[in-house]
Amino acid sequence: MIFEDNLGPDSDAFYNALMNTHEGLTEAQSHALNARLVLILANEIGDLKTLTALLETARRI
Amino acid sequence: MAYDYAPFPYTPPLGLTEPEQRHAIVIVGAGPIGLAMAIDLAQQGVASVVLDDNNVVSVGSRAICWAKRTLEIFDRLGIGERMLAKGVTWKVGRNFHGDKQVYAFDLLPEPGHKYPAFINLQQYYVEQYLAERAQDFPDLIDLRFLNKVTNHTDHGDHVALSISTPDGDYTIETDYYIACEGAGSATRKRMDLPFEGQTFEEHFLIVDVEMETSPFGNHDTPERWFWFNPPFHNGQSALLHKQPDNIYRIDLQLGPDTDPKEEATEEKVIPRIKAIVGDTPFRLDWMSVYKFRCAKLDRFVHNRVIFVGDSAHVVSPFGARGGNGGIQDVDNLGWKLAAILKQDAPASLIESYNTERVHGSAENILNSARATNFMTPKSPIEALFRNEVLKLAADHPFARKMINSGRLSQPCNLATSPLQTPGDAPILPGFPMIDAPLEGSNVTTWLIAEAQGQFTLVTASPTPLPAIEGINRIGINQQADYPCFISVGGHAETRYGTDKIYLLRPDGHVCAVFDTVDPVAIKAAQDRALGATT
Repeated sequence: MIFEDNLGPDSDAFYNALMNTHEGLTEAQSHALNARLVLILANEIGDLKTLTALLETARRI
Repeated sequence: MAYDYAPFPYTPPLGLTEPEQRHAIVIVGAGPIGLAMAIDLAQQGVASVVLDDNNVVSVGSRAICWAKRTLEIFDRLGIGERMLAKGVTWKVGRNFHGDKQVYAFDLLPEPGHKYPAFINLQQYYVEQYLAERAQDFPDLIDLRFLNKVTNHTDHGDHVALSISTPDGDYTIETDYYIACEGAGSATRKRMDLPFEGQTFEEHFLIVDVEMETSPFGNHDTPERWFWFNPPFHNGQSALLHKQPDNIYRIDLQLGPDTDPKEEATEEKVIPRIKAIVGDTPFRLDWMSVYKFRCAKLDRFVHNRVIFVGDSAHVVSPFGARGGNGGIQDVDNLGWKLAAILKQDAPASLIESYNTERVHGSAENILNSARATNFMTPKSPIEALFRNEVLKLAADHPFARKMINSGRLSQPCNLATSPLQTPGDAPILPGFPMIDAPLEGSNVTTWLIAEAQGQFTLVTASPTPLPAIEGINRIGINQQADYPCFISVGGHAETRYGTDKIYLLRPDGHVCAVFDTVDPVAIKAAQDRALGATT
């Protein structure tokens, strides 16, 4: 799992893009979008061991 | 036409008038599991007494989906072809979200198998066929209806039973006591064994309706149709299956807050069915309201008492893993018990039934629990993810695979069991053999039908198979002094490879594979599969 910065100079651009993706949505719509996003990203990563570690990390904070 | 529940005859047992000799095997419960157990043993020359407190087959269709592997086992037990002829063959499942199809799966896309992925057949037919098959063994199967076991005591080297009949009470003794009484097992309760797992809060209504016109509409082929958020039912899900005799199984999810007694009434059920089939005439055949439950015993073997089928483990039904799992228990236990009683194997071999089937049932419970969790979201966030999976599925194949309306019964892989000798081949040790069409001298046959029931060496390589006592031989595309067959359609070569020799257990699971003929290694693998301690 990668804890060090992996987005490089694109961190700000990604964060901005994420916010833009949610623009104009109700909270319920945003939750639904986030759920879809998690599912799509999980498929992109495709490795259960990595995904389990990511899930545990997200839960820990 | 409704099934005719004709009672089986009751005959006063010998034990009422004089003491019976100690039996080798007593099977408690004459449902599909108990009857299959008795037939499996009888085919190996082992006698058993079968006791049941009732005298009719089970009421209502109950277990209807019989998987390919189960049919292959029933083929060995002598009722597979009859089941296939009567049953409704299907292999395609369709999942709908609202009125839109989101995903379809084909459970057996390739030819060259005697049995299809699934047939649907009411449990009462299976029990009837098994009971009739049991009549073929009048000297080996002692079927006693209206014989209720009221108590049993394990004395270490045997079990004593107290039995109640319409003519009074009697006692018998047995070397092994096989509990096949189903989910409510009285044996398990008497022994106060923990039966732990997960109960789901959702109520489900299960209804069988008889109707001339198919509710599948213009779709002629029987399939498994499953709806999330069905347009005709205000609930989470619905399932539709076709059974023989124009009977259709409809499962409707009712939610956690329903009153099961109130729901299982014609008054409540008929409008729900009309919402699906409209004004088409139908007859209600059977209905039941139930909750999903996944639970199992920690151990299936308790000295001389052995639990088989639902008495050992229960799963929620969407996945057809209850009846099918139970028949795999029978398949696993039958040859081991026979080998122990014939002193071909140490008594400790029975422990491998425990290991292998606890593993198998854990796999069934895992899959059933996952399906149930997907079908019955417990919180708003679970419902949210479920709905987004269904939405994504329209455009994204990966999400279609996440849709879980039941992962249908698969044969168990026993690779982790110590009975198997590790090795490498197209079918790995631990997996059940795969069927293939064969041709003998003027006969068309199937590999599974030829091989199952005894230890067998099988090869589709040119290598001659060695003669080893206690091991049958089958050569494919060979000529030799043992049974040889020609492969039809090239399936055997594709499935088994042309450079491997397989040693199969009597239950058709591969227990070892070989690249060369090594009689010592083959014998050692058989000894290992028979539980020899080295």
